Amino acid sequence: MKIVVLIKQVPDTYGERRLDTTSGRIDRSIDPVIDEITERAIEVALTEKDRSDAEVVLLTMGPASAVEMLRRGLAIGADRAVHVLDDALAGSDMLRTSAVLAAALRREGFDLVITGNESTDGRGGSMAAMLSEQLSVPHATYLNAVEITPQSVGGERAGERGTRVIRATLPAVISITERNPEARFPSFKGSMRAKKKPLETLSASDLASGLPASRSRILTATARPARTAGRKVIDDGSAAGELVDYLTSSHLI
Amino acid sequence: MTNALALIGLTPDGTVPPAAAALLAGAARLGTPVAVVVTGGALDEPTISALGASGARQVLHYTADDLAESLLTPVVDALAAAVESAQPSAVLLENVIDGREVAGRLAVRLGSGMVVDIVDIRDQDGLPVATTSVLGGAYTVESVTDGGPLIATVRQGAIEGTAAAVTAEVISAALPPSAMPSAVVESSNDAQVTSGRPELRAATRVVSGGRGLQSKENFVLVEQLADALGAAVGASRAAVDAGYVPQSAQVGQTGVTVSPQLYVALGISGAIQHRAGMQTAKTIVAINRDPDAPIFDIADFGIVGDVFTVVPQIIEKIGTAAR
Repeated sequence: MKIVVLIKQVPDTYGERRLDTTSGRIDRSIDPVIDEITERAIEVALTEKDRSDAEVVLLTMGPASAVEMLRRGLAIGADRAVHVLDDALAGSDMLRTSAVLAAALRREGFDLVITGNESTDGRGGSMAAMLSEQLSVPHATYLNAVEITPQSVGGERAGERGTRVIRATLPAVISITERNPEARFPSFKGSMRAKKKPLETLSASDLASGLPASRSRILTATARPARTAGRKVIDDGSAAGELVDYLTSSHLI
Repeated sequence: MTNALALIGLTPDGTVPPAAAALLAGAARLGTPVAVVVTGGALDEPTISALGASGARQVLHYTADDLAESLLTPVVDALAAAVESAQPSAVLLENVIDGREVAGRLAVRLGSGMVVDIVDIRDQDGLPVATTSVLGGAYTVESVTDGGPLIATVRQGAIEGTAAAVTAEVISAALPPSAMPSAVVESSNDAQVTSGRPELRAATRVVSGGRGLQSKENFVLVEQLADALGAAVGASRAAVDAGYVPQSAQVGQTGVTVSPQLYVALGISGAIQHRAGMQTAKTIVAINRDPDAPIFDIADFGIVGDVFTVVPQIIEKIGTAAR
């Protein structure tokens, strides 16, 4: 079985993330890290590899710095990595991104594609479903737990109004939630071996001609004024009363 | 006038959900509000009147035999058919998991632009302009789409106002079997409504607890204040990881994003991930023992004190104020 895991580099949520207010694009030079949910996606694939000797390929579209995440993924056990690297793709919207990733997936071939359910930067939460539509394969998405058989993939799907147990016939695209286990750590031996594993770099023209242009366009982007601290009282027994007075005068109770 | 579609997912018992009004109000700002409804069977009269009462001038109703078993595909098919027939300027959906995935699939199928989690929408010379609040509310972005309708998922509680009540005209059609393969839904486990508390995403008041509550038993204090204020219960990731509350209550970067009128943080230090999910609240109140907790930097009213002492006093005083 061939499993392709989509991974994404994002600005660290522990840092101050910035948006370029002229282009409306996220500043990707600040604290780039691998999105934790995509590390968990690698772990799901490696668990299957441990069990059934699947081939695990990592795929990312992102700037040059993203290569470090691919190396880390190779160090913990992935077999190969593919990096779609092209300045012309910077700032692609979700539609264009899904077309690029679908083209790379078609070129690579797959039985199963694993993604995180939602990145911490764009938070679109629909890339896996978009890929399913691009590739005309089913999606089994937002899985809290994943069960893979030679013919199918399934598990419990998260939802705001309850869970569902779903299953899709392979080939398929799945996305996983934070309920799945954290990724394993690289060993020294793994890191050394990773240096010899194949890492392929592709440009947009290697993939497909006629990729769609971005269809959504940013008109304005403005920084929200920072919140400032208001009143701060040290409780001496009267703070509860002061708070209730404050809420009452603000018409909040 | 152009049409604007709103996908209305009926509740499991077939009624119109509260979210419908906001979606139709958003659609009404852009054109003639048209509700798209997909069901397994017929649409009954009370449902049609309820859709009209929420502002739907027209209801495009599609029936699909495999609605319950096929994951989202019949809904995507129905919306694609509705776009074909109504030629709308926008398609609005709820910003929930199903809504975002349907929106994404529709965007691919139509080659159209999508914007997720919008907090506002307006018409600018016939072009829908969607507003989002991104990177944890640090930036406000306005987007439009070129060619094809704007496909947008709407954050719950974000669009104010309602569309004028009308009598809805219904057009029903049966969907042909889909050309797209689907995952199969083997079983469903509907979330049980276990309390009379408001739903977290939609609540106008939220009381959240963090690690400072120290145990699952003590977390009851958060619920008690929430009930005194008529608020929903939220939590920090630390409280969820410690097992005080289920993950569904998590507010923050990897949980739910809320924009209530009042947000009360109890024993929450205010890590940046938590702030990302709540800093667009109108008023923030924080109670924490640590005077240096970062939550105080964004709190409109902060109390440096022991939650176990202060919160019971607040509950008592709210009771007194109410009398």
